Amino acid sequence: MNSIAIGTFSMTRLSGGQQLAIKYFAVAMVLFVAQCLFGLFAGLQYVMPEFGYNWLDFSVNRMVHINAMVVWMLYGFIGSVYWLVEEEAGTELVGLKLANLAFWVLTLAVTLVVLVYLFVQTGAGEIETIWFINEGREYIEAPRWADIGIVACVLVFFYNIAATFNKGSWSGISGVLVLDLVALAGLYLAGMFYTANISMDQYWWWWVIHLWVEATWEVLVGCIMAWGLMKTLGARRVVVTTWLYIEVALMFGSGILGLGHHYFWIGTPEYWLTIGGFFSALEPIPLVAMVVHAVYDSGVHKFRNANHPALAWLIAHAFGNFFGAGVWGFMHTLPQINLYTHGTQWTSSHGHLAFFGAYATIIIAVIYLAIQKARGDVHMGAGLATGWRWKWSFTLLNVGVVGMTMALLISGYEQSFVERALEGSSWSGYFAAQSTHWYMQGMYWREVWGVVTIVGLIILLWDLVTICADEKRASPVLNKATATA
Amino acid sequence: MSDLPRWAQEDVWRKVAIWVTAGMFVVLIILTFDSVAVITAGSERVPAYSVINQRIYYRMDRERGFQAPVIGEEAPLFGTVLTEEEAAKMVSHGKLTVQAKNCINCHTLLGNGAYYAPDLTKSWLDPAWGNEAVRESMMVKFLMDPESNARGYGTNRKMPNLDITEEEARAVVAFLKWMSSIDTTGFPAGFPAIAQEGDR
Ligand code: HEC
Ligand code: HEM
Ligand code: HEM
Ligand SMILES: [Fe+2]
Repeated sequence: MNSIAIGTFSMTRLSGGQQLAIKYFAVAMVLFVAQCLFGLFAGLQYVMPEFGYNWLDFSVNRMVHINAMVVWMLYGFIGSVYWLVEEEAGTELVGLKLANLAFWVLTLAVTLVVLVYLFVQTGAGEIETIWFINEGREYIEAPRWADIGIVACVLVFFYNIAATFNKGSWSGISGVLVLDLVALAGLYLAGMFYTANISMDQYWWWWVIHLWVEATWEVLVGCIMAWGLMKTLGARRVVVTTWLYIEVALMFGSGILGLGHHYFWIGTPEYWLTIGGFFSALEPIPLVAMVVHAVYDSGVHKFRNANHPALAWLIAHAFGNFFGAGVWGFMHTLPQINLYTHGTQWTSSHGHLAFFGAYATIIIAVIYLAIQKARGDVHMGAGLATGWRWKWSFTLLNVGVVGMTMALLISGYEQSFVERALEGSSWSGYFAAQSTHWYMQGMYWREVWGVVTIVGLIILLWDLVTICADEKRASPVLNKATATA
Repeated sequence: MSDLPRWAQEDVWRKVAIWVTAGMFVVLIILTFDSVAVITAGSERVPAYSVINQRIYYRMDRERGFQAPVIGEEAPLFGTVLTEEEAAKMVSHGKLTVQAKNCINCHTLLGNGAYYAPDLTKSWLDPAWGNEAVRESMMVKFLMDPESNARGYGTNRKMPNLDITEEEARAVVAFLKWMSSIDTTGFPAGFPAIAQEGDR
């Protein structure tokens, strides 16, 4: 098909949508680095509060940390979908020029927003601040002008995906994917209004946050996983599609009303204690189903696969999702315990393992698949000359995040006991907990594991740009059934 | 395909997925109509903004088994009784300030946010303000200059100066007072509220 040697990275091997995907992935990884860097700054302030005081305050570091995360994950998802859409639809992307324009507009907007976060930081208590500087609502801090820009760019994305499937052909996976994207984009609108009423504010805020991560994102990665298992293992389409429907039924069946686990203490009616507790307790079930699916498929295919790093990260995704969201979520989801763990380092422990385990992992897997193709369907299996890099980065990143999670959990236990249970969450009670030995141990160790994480990340980036550069073998062809289905 | 049992068929599961999703969504919409009515300011669980004209307690409710806000007699904030509109305007200015200064990325409000600083849900009732007589002015002073008024309780952690004007600080206090009147089903549990006139 073309004469460039196997192993050389070349965009010319890729379709238009796939070239665009590579751009999205590149920005995603830059933001991932920014995320971890500012996470380290914020974490440092727990043990060294003088750091950055009055010029790079905790609030600024934390905002950049979590916003960079949300944005890089959205970039990762958009990239993943652009990567697979043409192959899945069997036709070319309908509006590549527009899609490219949207990419640059979005990236420019993100850059501007971050610069304003860092250099303007806050504004006067007026509506203009919310429009132009910072909305001051966790995870969706982007000012209103940027919200509107984001919605416009997402509409371009959505149009491209839906219209491309329409021109080509639909499948079970693409049907679920497109409906899920409608919901995902629609939910964002629930976060785009101002109200003085903090109860109302948080009611709708959770529609965005919870119904994203515990419903629509979960289904989106279900689609990517279904496609990824066909790619890495050669799993059969009918099997992965049936599993996908089962997962959608279980995930939406539990996750939509599971929203109620955020409506225990914000002024909302008391029936949410029962509904939220019950349905959110069921949320781990689909996550178990996903693990079974991934591991079973891998076993059936005897783990023979065309891309070792990608499969490793897909398996990490299945387990990370199960432990981070399923187990760590379940641990504090019943109202009887949430009364004491609500808003403590417990929550942070869960947040880290869940976001990393469920979402960072699968995006990294897709990036490895993308690089394999960009290097001419090169061999990415056993015996790579630089194979230690992906193995070490994989290990350090996973061990680092699990280490942080454990450290935060210990701090969380201590904080729940001392601040929430013994001291009644007063100002002095808060600091009583912050000063305990075990709590502070957790804060130190989080920082240590954080450094491990970022070392893993640096090796990952190094690997992503160099893997298989000198590899001459071609990748073996997997199951013929998928190649044609 | 047709040799598969029904429970293993793609078609069957597609229908299950669609119906389950639609069903759950409809239930959520119905509950949302009910909940939004209950949390609209001026309802039983989320009082009208003019509640800042009155004293707010956080008392054990024996029947419900946890503490709940109790609205007491008149005790106007900064000594001025406000109309509902004036109160709403002031609380809203406070809320805008809370958003503009990004308080939620250090503090939790109603337990949601960041964990670097104390929960603000019942901050208005915090015993550390000393007593009722000085509370309002202490709060304004603290918000305008948290550095010189720092407590930290043996840690070095301090709130930074956020260039909060006096008007903004007063509005924030109004917002905090109003927030403390929200019925949060007993969160935070065991909160040791400040001593106030009319305590029992
Ligand atoms: C950079 C982090 C940060 C930001 C941003 C921040 N605070 Fe604080 N705040 C703190 C810390 C730390 C303390 C504890 C200070 C002490 O003990 O001296 C504190 C203490 C307080 C207290 C007293 C604690 C209590 O329980 O009553 C109040 C009230 C308060 N802040 C309100 C606010 C408001 C309102 C905003 C936004 C306008 C805000 N804070 C923004 C860090 C922050
Ligand atoms: C991949 C999926 C998930 C992700 C990414 C995720 C992430 C998060 C994050 C970041 C928060 C903190 C939000 C904040 O800042 O206030 C949170 C809160 C919470 N999550 Fe999850 N979560 C996931 C799945 C789950 C599941 C399946 C459950 C239950 C079984 C669960 C239970 C909870 C609960 C109860 C809280 C509230 C904690 C509190 O009261 O402070 N989560 N989640
Ligand atoms: C590189 C090392 C990292 C460090 C040192 C770090 C540190 C921190 C700190 C200090 C906070 C603020 C918590 C608080 O309010 O007390 C935070 C929040 C958060 N971080 Fe990290 N982080 C790191 C990596 C990550 C990664 C890899 C992810 C996920 C992919 C992540 C996801 C989150 C989330 C979701 C929150 C919000 C949690 C909540 O509100 O409960 N972080 N992090
Ligand atoms: Fe949730």
